[in-house]
Amino acid sequence: MAVRYLGAEVQRMEDPRLLTGHGRYVDDITMEGMLHAAFLRAPMAHAKIRSIDPSRALALPGVHRVITHADLGAKYSHRMNQLYPAPVIEQNKTQYPLAKDEVCYVGEAVAVVVADSRAIAEDALALIDVDYEALPAVVNIMTALEDDAPLAHADTTSNLMGKMRSSFGDIEDSFAKADHVFSAAFMQHRGGCHSMETRGVIARDDPWGDGLTLWTSAQSPYLIRRALATWLDESEERVRVIAPDVGGGFGPKAGFYPEEVAISLAARIMKRPVKWIEDRREHFISTTTQRDQHWDLEVACTAEGKILGLRGTVTHENGAYIPYGILLPNSSLTPLPGAYSIPAIDVGVDIIFTNTVPNSPVRGAGRPCGIYAVERMVQVVSRELGIDPAEVRRRNYVRADQMPYETGAKLRGGAPCIYDSGDYEALLEKVLDLSDYHSFKERQAAARAEGRYLGIGVSSCIEDTGMGPYEGTTVRVESSGKVAVRTGAASQGQGHQTMISMLVAENLGVKPEDILFESADTAKFSHGIGTIGSRVAANVGPSAHDAASQVREKALKLAAEVLEASEADLDIEDGVVRVNGAPDLSITLGELAVQLTPMSAMRVPTGFDPVLEATSFDGSSGSPIACGSNVAEVEVDPGTGEVKVLRYSVAHDCGVMINPMVVHGQIVGGVVHGIGNALFERMIYDDQGQPLTMNYGEYLLPLASEMPRVDVTHMETPSPLNSLGVKGAGEGGTIPAAAAVVAAIENALTEFGVEIDYYPVDPQYLTELIDAGSAQAAE
Amino acid sequence: MADTRDIEMTVNGESHAANVETRTSLGDFLRHGLGLTGTHMGCEHGVCGACTVMVDGEAVRSCLMLAVQANGHEVTTVEGLAEDDGTMSALQEAFWKHHGLQCGFCTPGMLTSLTAFLRDNPDPSERDVREAISGNICRCTGYQGIVDAALDVAKTMQKGS
Ligand code: FES
Ligand code: FES
Repeated sequence: MAVRYLGAEVQRMEDPRLLTGHGRYVDDITMEGMLHAAFLRAPMAHAKIRSIDPSRALALPGVHRVITHADLGAKYSHRMNQLYPAPVIEQNKTQYPLAKDEVCYVGEAVAVVVADSRAIAEDALALIDVDYEALPAVVNIMTALEDDAPLAHADTTSNLMGKMRSSFGDIEDSFAKADHVFSAAFMQHRGGCHSMETRGVIARDDPWGDGLTLWTSAQSPYLIRRALATWLDESEERVRVIAPDVGGGFGPKAGFYPEEVAISLAARIMKRPVKWIEDRREHFISTTTQRDQHWDLEVACTAEGKILGLRGTVTHENGAYIPYGILLPNSSLTPLPGAYSIPAIDVGVDIIFTNTVPNSPVRGAGRPCGIYAVERMVQVVSRELGIDPAEVRRRNYVRADQMPYETGAKLRGGAPCIYDSGDYEALLEKVLDLSDYHSFKERQAAARAEGRYLGIGVSSCIEDTGMGPYEGTTVRVESSGKVAVRTGAASQGQGHQTMISMLVAENLGVKPEDILFESADTAKFSHGIGTIGSRVAANVGPSAHDAASQVREKALKLAAEVLEASEADLDIEDGVVRVNGAPDLSITLGELAVQLTPMSAMRVPTGFDPVLEATSFDGSSGSPIACGSNVAEVEVDPGTGEVKVLRYSVAHDCGVMINPMVVHGQIVGGVVHGIGNALFERMIYDDQGQPLTMNYGEYLLPLASEMPRVDVTHMETPSPLNSLGVKGAGEGGTIPAAAAVVAAIENALTEFGVEIDYYPVDPQYLTELIDAGSAQAAE
Repeated sequence: MADTRDIEMTVNGESHAANVETRTSLGDFLRHGLGLTGTHMGCEHGVCGACTVMVDGEAVRSCLMLAVQANGHEVTTVEGLAEDDGTMSALQEAFWKHHGLQCGFCTPGMLTSLTAFLRDNPDPSERDVREAISGNICRCTGYQGIVDAALDVAKTMQKGS
C-alpha cells in the first residue's frame, strides 16, 4: 500500500532552501546589463500637475532616463485596466501607470528614473522639478458625500463610487414582530499588507526573442499577464510573468500595479532589463490597503435573544482609484449572517472615493469586517438581555442538521451562499473547553481582588473559501522516473510545494523527493487564477489528486500489458510498479514513460496517448465554508489603557486537513494578524490626506513580545464540494480575531460601562472611554 | 564622484576585499557586492530585523551599519550558519521541525538573532525568547513556531551540557 501523506504532519520541502539563505526573491535576481529604477511619487493628496522638468536629474552621472506620462506616447497613454468590472461601479476610476495631469493620493507614481544603481535613481528623484497646483482633498468618509465636501477627482461631481446591497428575507416583518430592537454604530479600521518582502519587479523585453518577461513579487501572475497584455495590446503569448519566491502576500500582492506597467515600459524604452524594488516608505503609501469602514446597524430579536433580522448601512472607504473592483465591499456583505441562522438581512454599502491609497483586500478581505459587525450585534444582544455571550450564540447558530444551509446572501459570482457542512455549536463547545471559559469568572474575580481587570471575549465565524472555478495541475513522469508537477498557483509562504507533492506522491506512488514542483510561471502552465481567498487547497488539492490518479491509472494499464499481469494485482511504490506475489516482476514509472515517449520510428503502445502525463482542472463545486470559534482572554490596565492578550484559543474546522502542521501555522499567523488589527495597526492620514505613519516606529505591527500563545484545536467536517473534503484555511485565523479581542476588552471594563466603537483599540482611545465611563458612574 | 574606501572583511570564514561607496550599508554590500542574498532587507530603517547578521558574533542590523564600519571585522550571515558540509545547525533544524517559517523572508534575521541569543542565554524562558526576537517582525507565522524552535534547541543544549 502506498504511503499515506494526506493528513500527515510533513515537514515542508521548501524549508531547507529558505533556512540556509538560498531562497530566490525578486531582489535576489540579477541579470546582465540590468538597470535600476526609482519612482517619483506625489507629495500631496490632490493636485494638478502643471509641468515636470527632469533636466537636473538627467544631469546626474549614472542617470539614464527620466520617464513621465508624456514620454510614453499615444499608444501607452491610457489608464490601468479595471480587473473586476461590475455594474455597481458608477464611476470607473483607475489610475494611469504614471500620472497624467492630476494626482489623487500621496504616493501616486508621477515619474520613473532609470539609473545605474538604485541609490543613484533615488538621488535623482530629488532633482526632478514638478510644478503642482494643490487641490482640496477629501479624507473623511463620514462627510465625503456632503454638498460642500472636496471632490477626490477634479472631473467628478460626487465622491460616491457606487452602492451595493445584500438583502433577503422579510426584514420589515422581522423588525415588526421583534421583542427588542437594539442599535450600534462603529468604525472598523484595517491596516495594510506589510509582507516582510516589499513589492518588486524586474522586466526584460526581448522583442526578437522571448518577448516581455516580468519577475514580480505577486500572488496572481496569470492575472498580471492578462492585464499587462491587454494594456499593451499584445498577445498573452508574448508576455511571461513569473512569481519567484514571494515574501508574504496577504492580498495586496494579488492585484495589477502601475509599477508593473511602468517598469515593463522602462525596459522596453531602455532595451535593457530594469529592476525596481519598493522601499518600505513606498509600501506604506503606494501598496494597496484596507482602511475605514463604518457600520450603523440595528438588530431585531426575541426576548430570548433569538435574532430575527439585521439591517443598516455601511460606509466604505475605497481610496482614490479602483484597482480591484468592488471585491472588498462585496466580501464584507457576503458573510452576513455569519455563523447564525438569521432569517432577514438588509444592509447597504456606500462606496466612497477619498484621496488616499487605493483599496484592495488584506488577509480575509471584507470578511473580518462583516463578521466583526455580526459578532458585535450578537454581543449587543448578549449585553442588553443579560444572556451569556456563548449562550446567545448557541441559540442562534445554523445547526448541523440544517446543512446544507442557504443563507439568502449571494456570493461574488452571483451564486447563492450555501453553508456546505459544519457543526458550529460543537465547535463553540470545543473552544470553551480549550479556553477554560467555564472557570473564567473565578479567574476574573481572583484577579479583581488583586486590582487587575481580566476580560473574556467569544467570537464565531464562517469563511467562504476556495472560490472556484479551478486551479489546475499537470503531473508528468519523465524518463528518469522523476515526476514534474506544475500548477499556476503562486505561493507566498503557504507551503504549496509540500502540500501538492504530498498529494501526488501518495496517489501516484512516488517519493516526494522525486517530485520536481514548479508553479507561478505563466510559461510553465496554461492558466492559473491566483492565490487569494483561501482557495488553493480547495482547488489545486483536487486537481493534483486527480491528475496523479489519472497518471497512475495509465501507468497501471500499460504495466499490466508489459508485465502480462492483471491490473488488479499491480501496485506502485516508490516509483516502481510491482506484481503482488511476484516480487521479481516489476517495471519503473520511468521505463513506462519511455514507452510513451519513444524515439523516431518507434511506436507508442496501441490504445495509449503519448506521454505519461495528465492535466486536471478538478476543483470545488461551490464554496466550501470553513468555520471557527475563538476565545480571547485579556488583561486591561484602566490607568494606562494597555491591553495584554493573555490567552487566545481557537477551534477551527477547515474540513479534511492535508497537512495539519501547515494549517496550524496558517491559523496562528492569521490570529496574530487579527490581533494586530484589533490593537495596533493604524494607518493615519491628516485631514489634507498626508500619511502620518510611514515606518514601523509609527505604525505598529504585532511583535513576539506582545503576542500570546495561541492554542488551536480542530474539527474536520469534510466538505462535500470536492474530492478531498478540504476547505480553505488561509484567513480563518484573522476573520474572527478582532471581534473576540474587542469583546474581551469590554468584558474586562464592564464596571466602567465601556462600549468600544472603533478599532484598533489603542491606549489613548481606551483611556478616554474609561474616563468617560468613570465620570458617568460618578454622576 | 561618489566617496569610496577600500575595505576588507571576513564573511562566513572567507576574506573579501572591496572598494565600496561610504554610504553603502553592510546589508547592501553583502547582498549586491558579495551576492550573499540570504540577508534580507525588510524595512531599511532598523525596525524589522530581517537584515540581521552577526558581526564578531553580535547580532547587528545590517541596514543600519555601513559596509565601511565592518572593515576588519568578522561577519556571519545566514549562509554561514550551516556546517561546511551543508548540515543545518540545530536551530535551523528546529525551525524546520516546528514550522518556524512560512515565506522565509524574516527567517535569516530570526536565525542570526537567535543564534547569538541562545549562545549567550542557553536556558531562556518563553518570555525571554519572545523579548529576544521583539526586534524581528514576522508577518506570517504569529511567532509561535519560532519561539518553540528556540526553546527546543535550548532544551537540547541543556540536556547535552
Ligand atoms: S531591514 Fe534592517 S531592520 Fe529592517
Ligand atoms: S515567515 Fe514570512 S515574515 Fe516570517
